[in-house]
Parts: sequence; structure tokens; C-alpha cells
Amino acid sequence: MGLPQQKLDATEERLAAIQVPESGAWLSDARQAALGRVRSMGLPHARDEYWKYTRPQTLVQPEVPHAKVFQAYESAVFDDIERLRMVFVDGVFDPEASDDLTLSGVEIEPLHAAGAADIHWARDLYGVLEARGQSPVERSLAALNTACANAGVLIRVTGKADRPVNLTYLHQTEDADVVIHNVVKVEEGGDLTLLENGPGGARLNKVMEVDVADGGAFHHVRTQGRAHERRAATHVFARLGRESTFKSFTLTVNGALTRNEAVIELTGDDAVAHVAGAALGDGASGDFHHDDTVFITHDAVNCESRQVFKKVLRNGAVGVFQGKILVKDGAQKTDGYQISQSLLLDDDSQFLAKPELEIYADDVACSHGSTSGAIDEEGLFYLRSRGVPREIATDLMVVAFVAEAIDEIEDEAIAADVLSRLQAWLERRRG
Amino acid sequence: MLEIKNLHVKLEEEDKQILKGVDLTVEAGKVHAIMGPNGSGKSTLSYVLSGRDGYVVTEGSAQLDGHDLLEMEAEERAAAGLFLAFQYPVEIPGVGNMTFLRTAVNAQRKARGQEELSAADFLKLVREKAKALQIDADMLKRPVNVGFSGGEKKRNEILQMAMLEPKLCILDETDSGLDVDAMKLVADGVNALRDEGRGFLVITHYQRLLDHIVPDVVHIMVDGRIVKSGGPDLALEVENHGYARIQAEVA
Ligand SMILES: Nc1ncnc2c1ncn2[C@@H]1O[C@H](COP(=O)(O)OP(=O)(O)O)[C@@H](O)[C@H]1O
Ligand SMILES: [Mg+2]
Repeated sequence: MGLPQQKLDATEERLAAIQVPESGAWLSDARQAALGRVRSMGLPHARDEYWKYTRPQTLVQPEVPHAKVFQAYESAVFDDIERLRMVFVDGVFDPEASDDLTLSGVEIEPLHAAGAADIHWARDLYGVLEARGQSPVERSLAALNTACANAGVLIRVTGKADRPVNLTYLHQTEDADVVIHNVVKVEEGGDLTLLENGPGGARLNKVMEVDVADGGAFHHVRTQGRAHERRAATHVFARLGRESTFKSFTLTVNGALTRNEAVIELTGDDAVAHVAGAALGDGASGDFHHDDTVFITHDAVNCESRQVFKKVLRNGAVGVFQGKILVKDGAQKTDGYQISQSLLLDDDSQFLAKPELEIYADDVACSHGSTSGAIDEEGLFYLRSRGVPREIATDLMVVAFVAEAIDEIEDEAIAADVLSRLQAWLERRRG
Repeated sequence: MLEIKNLHVKLEEEDKQILKGVDLTVEAGKVHAIMGPNGSGKSTLSYVLSGRDGYVVTEGSAQLDGHDLLEMEAEERAAAGLFLAFQYPVEIPGVGNMTFLRTAVNAQRKARGQEELSAADFLKLVREKAKALQIDADMLKRPVNVGFSGGEKKRNEILQMAMLEPKLCILDETDSGLDVDAMKLVADGVNALRDEGRGFLVITHYQRLLDHIVPDVVHIMVDGRIVKSGGPDLALEVENHGYARIQAEVA
């Protein structure tokens, strides 16, 4: 069956505008294969079922929608955390601004450098987990990323890293069209925390593939940058081995358009996967459309998965949650949990949620819930009656609302850091 | 200090008149009690004074130290020195009691042009006041009123009052749901705050609280009006004969 002509045209139009970077054999093979996937799937189109709630047009079109560079006044998130920092400016690795890449138990290489080699360990993962994640639902923007990314980092974790790796994505030009592709391979018993922050560019297409071997642990905490006009489509593809742990948390404030997809496969028994997110949007300071799309596949026994997503929306902000738990035949003793909640601060904002369970095993415990609600007026009055001004009282309740998602961050210092940035942002917005 | 004149209040949502002309003056340093049967409008009066939404003042006025209360936002009334100990304190999941207290104290100080309390000074103060009310560290850490027993909620109200040092304290049925010991604790907390510069409006259904917090004046509210005022003896009369006799008397 051929693709609809419109979709085909849009795809070819975009492909004609991209340049597939020169690279060594392993990487150029992966890129060619990815190009093939893009051609056969076609890029997302407004009529695609998976894009029902989010318009893909600005993510797909060849022209980059410009985005003003956002000047933050506060010190950046994670500044108080002891970490190894790598800086990318408009999608180009900046070694001058970055730390030395030596970290015990961890090998770190920029993608463009590793890509020049003819053979590399990343060959087994780069584009491989992305390709696995194309079924049963297509995610062609991720394949496009695999085809043309020339920035990113390849990380191999053989031991317990003694500090987190922090990837900072700075945005400096209004038309920066940025593609970043990261691969993380956590070997047996390895343990790494990856921190990401910054908007990356005017338009960011980012993919991270994470393979966590038996007994490995991977923690991921990111904040997506407060630039009002930026657009982002991000994908995390994770594959989990036996008794491994994968935990990911994302904080989003501002951003005209954000689509965050997490595609997680639990392939070894007793694995644990948590994904969480807190998104706060105010339509008064520009468009805000935030979409969390999660697909978790249980394909082993006694695994646990947990999704906790919170959105605070006002002045016409839009939040989307599409979350699926697929429990395959034989994935007994699955413990799956999913909650998505929105706090609507006015009648103009909306939250669209599509929670799904698909279960082919009989001995499982899966639950999901989705709620949408206004702020508790009784609580608000109680706080105000003690002299707390309405805006501060509202923010206290906003923070209380998203705290459940931030609590998913296991490292207390990092969680406190994220919380304090959020509070600083709220405070500055109040003026 | 508090001057209420001919206050008429109806509900916003439905055309129901609740207060039908309340006149009341509370002087600094005095304790006034309001007693009255359920549904007579006591809580409504306390809510209207503290600025809760949902009510419409159709006539009359309410002033605190000459400032028009009814024109102010709830938080402005608090900063002006008004405090309501709620009949039903509200649970606020996720907001720590301590964070709440510090935010409130500092917001009021800021509104009054005073410097904010340092974290250390605040902590010292809160520990001292909490101790007197037998509020432990755990209660201070927990989210506001969440999972508190009835007595704990009421003690928490008095703690807030002690921290905020208001000019006019309204206590709405602070005795309800308290056993004798808890009532003693709460009454001691209130009495410790009695001061020449501070006025109290103590709303209660029963006389027993007034054994501990002895009022200067007792008012009886029936059907949205104060129908009778008198000295502490009036509370005893209610206790002995119920409201029916007073209602009959004034009818
Ligand atoms: N928000 C409201 N909605 C409906 N009825 C109300 C509301 N608030 C008060 N009332 C009514 O007003 C009357 C007075 O209530 P209230 O002030 O709570 O009395 P009290 O505190 O003296 O028991 C009652 O009849 C009560 O049902
Ligand atoms: Mg009442």
C-alpha cells in the first residue's frame, strides 16, 4: 500500500532539504537504512492517528520556524551538581566549553568523532533501537534523526559513574535547526545518571537510544529550556535487560511545541522502568503545546513500569498525553501503573489524554488513571486568608501538584535542584 | 476595632438572604462571643469578614480600624490584621505546613513593609509556639492539615494565629470536636494571645469554651441577626434554657 500523495510529497520535500553527513562505514550504513525507513513510512502528517492531538507540520517542514533566543537570568539548572558537562551550541559540540571527557567506568565520545571510524561498538545500537521502536507505531521523525544527525554523544558505561554526565544544549541563533542523537550503552552492573538541559535550537529533533544490560541502572533527568518559541520532537528508545533499572524525568516550562516520546521495552525479567514528566505552560507568553507520548512494552516476567505525568496549563495552553502499556503474552506478574493529570488554571486551556492498556497475559496488575481539574478554591482561600497573595498561593498549589512527578527523581540533590529552579521560575514570572 | 453595621449578606449562587442586618462592635482588648443555633449565620459572618467568595453584601459595612474590609482582597484583610480560625480547616495536599507558615508570615510582613524573617529566626519562633500547643516536628513537616485529627487541625489554627499575631481574631467553633484536654490547650493558646491591643470574636455553639475563654460580651445570633447581647451570664442562660426561650423573648 502506497503512502498518501500529500504525505509522500511532504516527506520528499524535507528529504530534499537535508544533508546526510559524510561518515565511516558503520554510521553511513545506519544512516542509509534510516533514510529507507523514512521513505517507506513517510513523515508525520496531520491526519495520522498518532498525531491526532499535535500538529506535526512545523516539525516536518523544511523551513525552520524561527525562535527568539531566550535570555535566562538565573543560574542554570544542575549548576550546583558535581557533574561532567558537555556543551552543544546550536547542535554543535563545543569542546572549549565542555569538561574533559574522562570519567572512570564510562567512555564518552562525541558522535561526529566516533562516526569517522569504520567500526564502533555503537553500531549495534545506533538506529537499531530506533528501528525496533517503529513497530507497532511509526515514529518517522526519529528515523529522520538517525539519518542526518551529526551531533550527539556515545556513552558506554562499564562501572558505576562517580558523577552524572550533563549534556547542555544551548540555543544561539534564531533559525538553528538542530538534530542530536545520543546512544547510551549500560553494561552489566553499570550505573549512570544523565542530565540534559537547554532548548538546543529553534527546532530540535533529538533521539536517545539507551540499552541497559542485566543489572544495569540508568537515570535520566532533563529540563527542556524555557525559550518560548522553540519547538522540539524528542524520542527516548530504551531496552531493558534482567533486573535493570531505567528512570527518566522531564521538566518542561515554556516552548511553543514539544513532543516527547518514550518507547521502552522491558525484555529481561524483574526490570523496572519509570518515566515521569512535569510540564507548565502559559499561553499568555506565547503558544504552548506539550505532548507526552509513551509506549511501554512488557516482554518479560515480573517487571514494573510506572508513568507519572503532570501538566499545569493556563491561558490557552494545551497538554497532550498518549500513554500505552502493552503487556505481551507471557509477561506474567507485570506491575504497570500510569497516571496523567492536569491542573487547568482557567477555562481556555485544555488537556487531551489517551491512556491505553493492551494486555495479553493473565496474571498482571495494571492500572491507569487520568484527571483534569481546576485549582482547589477552598485551599486557595485558606492560604489567602493567612495573608498569602493569590499568585503565591496558586504557585504553592502548582508546585504541590507537580511535586508527585518531581518525586520520581531518585537522587535527592538533583530533585531539590530541579524543584528550586522551578520555584525560581515561578517567582520571576510573578515579578 | 471591628465595626459591623447593618450587614446584609446573601448567597451569590442562589437568592438566599443569610445575614439580615448584623450590628456588632468589638473593641481592642475585648473578647466578644457569638452564640446561636446551627444555621443562624455565624460561619457566614466569619467568612464574609475574611473575604471568601460566594457571598454578596447587599447592605451595610464592616470596618477594621477604620479600613473598609469589604473592599479588600482576603490576603489584604489578613495583612491588615484579621484572622479567622476556621470551623473546618482546609487540607492542602503537597504544601508543607512549615512552608505555608513561613510564606504566610513573610507575606504579611512584606505587605506591612517589614523585613522578612530569616529562616533561623522563623524556625526558632515556630518551635517555641508549637511547643506550647504540643505540636510536634512531624506535624509541622506534614502537608497542611492532611491526615490531622480534628484536635490537631484546631491546634494548628491556633499556631497560625500565634505566629501571625493578628489584631482581630475570629474563632469559628474552635471547640467543636475537641476533648476536654485539647480544649484546655486551645483555650490556653488563645488566652496567651489576649492583649490590650487585640480583639476576639469567639463563635461557639456551646457555653463550655467560654468557661476557659471568658468573654466580655456575649451576643446571640438567630436567623441572621444579633437578637440579644449581654454579659457572660447570657451564655449560661443559653446553656440552661436553650435558644428557644431567647427566640421566644425577642419574637
Ligand atoms: N455556600 C452556601 N451554600 C448554600 N447554603 C449556604 C451556604 N453558606 C451558608 N449557607 C446557609 O446559610 C445558613 C447559615 O449557615 P452558617 O453561616 O454556616 O450557619 P452557622 O455557622 O451559624 O451554623 C444555613 O442555612 C446554611 O445552609
Ligand atoms: Mg458554623
